[in-house]
Amino acid sequence: MAASCSGHSAMLHKCVRFKSLCNVHLCSGVFIRRIWTSRSKCQLQPKLQSKSSPQMVGVVALEIHAQIQATSKLFSSSRVGFSAPPNSHVSFFDASLPGTLPVLNRRCVEAAVMTGLALNCKINTKSLFDRKHYFYSDLPAGYQITQQRLPIAVSGSLSYSYLGGKKRSEVMMKSVRVRQIQLEQDSGKSLHDDQRSRTLIDLNRAGVGLMEVVMEPDMCCGEEAAAAVRELQLILQTLGTCQGNMAEGQLRVDANVSVHHPGEPLGIRTEVKNINSARFVARAIDYEIQRQFEVLESGGTVLNETRSFDSKTGTTVPMRDKEGLQDYRFMPEPNLPPLFVYEGVASVPDGIDPAQAVVIDRLKAQLPELPGVKRTRLMEEYGILPEHSFTLVNENGLMEFFERVVQKTKTEPRKLIGWVIKELIGNLNLQNLKVTQSPVSPEALAQLLNLLESGFISSSAAKVVFQEMWKAPEKGVEQLVKELDLELISDREELVKICQRVLEAHPDLVQVIRGGNKKVLNKLMGSVQKESKGRADPVQLRKILEEMTS
Amino acid sequence: MLGLSIKEVSAALREGKLSATELCRKCLQRIRKTRHLNAYITVTEELAMKQAQEADNRLLRGEALGPLDGIPFSMKDNFCTERVETTCASRMLRGYFPPFNATVVQKLLDQGAVLMGKTNMDEFAMGSGSTDGAFGPVRNPWSYSSPYRTLSPGTDLDFDWSITGGSSGGSAAAVASLSSFLALGSDTGGSTRNPGSLCGVVALKPSYGLLSRHGLIPLVNSMDVPGIMSRSVYDTAIALDVLQGRDVNDSTTVHVPDSPAPLPQEFDIRDLCVGVPKEYHAPGLSADTLAQWTRVASLFERAGARVHEVSLPHTQYSIVCYHVLCCCEVASNMARFDGLQYGHRSAVESSTEAMYATTRHEGFNDVVRRRVLSGNYFLLKQNYERYFVKAQQIRRLITEDFRRVFSSGVDVLLTPTTLSDAATYSDFIEEDNRTRSAQDDVFTQPANLAGLPAITVPTSLSARGLPIGLQLIGQHLQDRKLLAAAHWMEQQLDFPRIRLDEEDDPQETKSGWNRERERTSVA
Repeated sequence: MAASCSGHSAMLHKCVRFKSLCNVHLCSGVFIRRIWTSRSKCQLQPKLQSKSSPQMVGVVALEIHAQIQATSKLFSSSRVGFSAPPNSHVSFFDASLPGTLPVLNRRCVEAAVMTGLALNCKINTKSLFDRKHYFYSDLPAGYQITQQRLPIAVSGSLSYSYLGGKKRSEVMMKSVRVRQIQLEQDSGKSLHDDQRSRTLIDLNRAGVGLMEVVMEPDMCCGEEAAAAVRELQLILQTLGTCQGNMAEGQLRVDANVSVHHPGEPLGIRTEVKNINSARFVARAIDYEIQRQFEVLESGGTVLNETRSFDSKTGTTVPMRDKEGLQDYRFMPEPNLPPLFVYEGVASVPDGIDPAQAVVIDRLKAQLPELPGVKRTRLMEEYGILPEHSFTLVNENGLMEFFERVVQKTKTEPRKLIGWVIKELIGNLNLQNLKVTQSPVSPEALAQLLNLLESGFISSSAAKVVFQEMWKAPEKGVEQLVKELDLELISDREELVKICQRVLEAHPDLVQVIRGGNKKVLNKLMGSVQKESKGRADPVQLRKILEEMTS
Repeated sequence: MLGLSIKEVSAALREGKLSATELCRKCLQRIRKTRHLNAYITVTEELAMKQAQEADNRLLRGEALGPLDGIPFSMKDNFCTERVETTCASRMLRGYFPPFNATVVQKLLDQGAVLMGKTNMDEFAMGSGSTDGAFGPVRNPWSYSSPYRTLSPGTDLDFDWSITGGSSGGSAAAVASLSSFLALGSDTGGSTRNPGSLCGVVALKPSYGLLSRHGLIPLVNSMDVPGIMSRSVYDTAIALDVLQGRDVNDSTTVHVPDSPAPLPQEFDIRDLCVGVPKEYHAPGLSADTLAQWTRVASLFERAGARVHEVSLPHTQYSIVCYHVLCCCEVASNMARFDGLQYGHRSAVESSTEAMYATTRHEGFNDVVRRRVLSGNYFLLKQNYERYFVKAQQIRRLITEDFRRVFSSGVDVLLTPTTLSDAATYSDFIEEDNRTRSAQDDVFTQPANLAGLPAITVPTSLSARGLPIGLQLIGQHLQDRKLLAAAHWMEQQLDFPRIRLDEEDDPQETKSGWNRERERTSVA
């Protein structure tokens, strides 16, 4: 069993937090050790041990609604736009005026097919639309058009990985089955004004195309679920089928959470909604698993209910609606004929313009390099560490930045990666900037690294120059080096002078070296660099110091 | 003038013998004189006069848009008309002015046709009598005509007029009473053909997918089709030519090739094979209707057509199957009427749910509410398999019945349209809406389940002096062949023109009686 115990401290920390939040003493009942779950091992699996039963584990499935990146809605020509004035993007169909009919947006179908392909799904060349009924003020037709019976894509999988292990640098590879991807309409938004007891409705979002990605209960904890969500987010962004901004609701996660004893049937599940960041996915699920442990431990039963995650308190609370009891009275959507997509141009029947048809082969050819493939390639091509491949791929535009620097320098990619991850990302994060907003261009960084590589400046000097480049990107690298007087001192006489001064100040160290402990030479090296502001050429310097202390 | 066919009046307009405004004014007068029929919910007088004036301008310049330019027509009140009230004869939509035209409305307007008004109907097209609308029942023009008055003495017309059939009774009455040359109805289970037959007009239910439903407020989306009512098969063919074809706004429409003429040029009755389904000898079929059915079948036979008895064994299940599917779609389609965005909104504001409930209770009549309730019951998870799925299976069997018969070489099926002539209002309302719909749609409804084109052609007057029609059912998308057969049939029948008491032009009516029916060069 390869699962390590590295999650202990994090878990215990969580327990403490749970305890303080719930005011229930249960940490004594919780301990962590390596376990197998029904499908996978999870390091951070919260679990409960009681005398009567063996440990229980959490089971997590996800339903993810991804807003399709398209200029118009799923069944109407209204524009799609976040933060537009209320009710400014509403067609007669979106407002469900009687007599209006849905007209399917091909772009949305293509997005779903591409996503299906990226998630290793079987694409159904024939799929169907259904109506799902419920009364709600922001659902003007009284039903949502979705794909309940025969969705566009089925039976896929999502491989995701996260960093685990002792130093959180070990790549944990996981996979979750994707049951289906279905096309459906988004609802509008209701704004309840309790004080004046009225509800304001904005239908801009009503009818926007969604892909609902349904994942099987193959995850066991918040961290796994969050990692799966992040990976999906990245895939969708890479494909351009969804912008994936969770805060803007472009990607919405509902988690189905239950607990059971491994090997036994799944427990009663709750559905946790309103999770609007990947971090909260982890928190909400872990909280919910823990809560269900407690309920069962205290002899209670878990209710099949919808719960809402409150990010302020980090808890889940039951929602007031009657979702659990609702019968959606599904019915085939009679206004939309079956949706046909075709394997290849050759299979498009006569009478249908192949240019207007959705052709799987054509979309397959357009698939960009997916994150998983990118990471493997980066590791193989540049010999970088897995965790670095993660950072490069997960940060939008960073991989491109990195590869451009690689092209322009002789510096080894393995050395270069530190600059990208530490200096670049560090600075970006400080100012909350995106990679594309970096004041230092890949070319400028490459120039700097070339100076370093050729021994013109020391690495510590290079770091100083980098900071200056950040502040004054308009100045050239060489200009900055000159202005800051950071060129490497390779003049032997000058170096000897500095060494002389240092040796005089540390007679004791000289004694030790002469006594045979050559390691102490490094200390002297450090002192000299301090004196020279890091400008001494380290190779020459070592030679001089060795001579002078021999 | 009002009794002319579209073909004739269109020619008169082009030749300048008649102006569109004059024609329009005559129709408006006729509407006023026949107000007791309650055929119209809204009369668009101003708009009509404006459109007629525009048509005249074109006609004067010799730039007529087509055969319908300047022709008065009316629309059933479940077709959306831009800025013209569209009620579906329901309190729910009273005061609703749609912001767009239904595709079929737009197509007629684009051809220069003149909209006279919106016609009365059963609420949301649920009914077979045009007796269950929020604006009161429609009266059959034939109950005011001389044959009925002579043959059915003693009937008090203030109380015992006969119904039009439904649900497009207003449209049928408008065409029959000569206030519109053309009217559109909708046909879900027979709603165009049933009143067409009872009011003695030609009524076509085209193949499903041939005419756009965009802007038709739905009853059952998978069966609804706009229906065409006029006074001759040729006129119907002209309208179909204009109205048919793919509409980007309705994904269920199909493309049809352009046709050189409204009716096929080549038609030989001796090439026709007519099927007579034995299952259509239904209980309750009147002796009059049966006699006409037999007579017309032998007319075909004598002219050289092959006439066979055929079997459609699942016909008997069609009504119950229709009932289930209809209720389900009704429950779904009516869900949007919640009072929030348009239509009636209840004054109750204690909660959103209470507002929904009272709005819907106040807005819908018993018939609609009953179907919504049944539909929601059938769609419940635990019932879905037993009702909806079963009904769909039956639907496939019925479709298969037709397919089998047509693939055996039959071109058209000849059947009655209704069991008998129009009932009197007092008789009709003795049964409830559901019973009536089940009885009255028995011959018309299977064509809707199978999506087939079907047409009723007025055949003769009954012993009571009321119209009887017979139906021809064709193969899917073989609407032109169906029309050709119907046209031939129409030529053989000497169905009398209506004669109303208050004819505004007795001279014309008289000549109309003697006018030889239009005969075109068919074999």
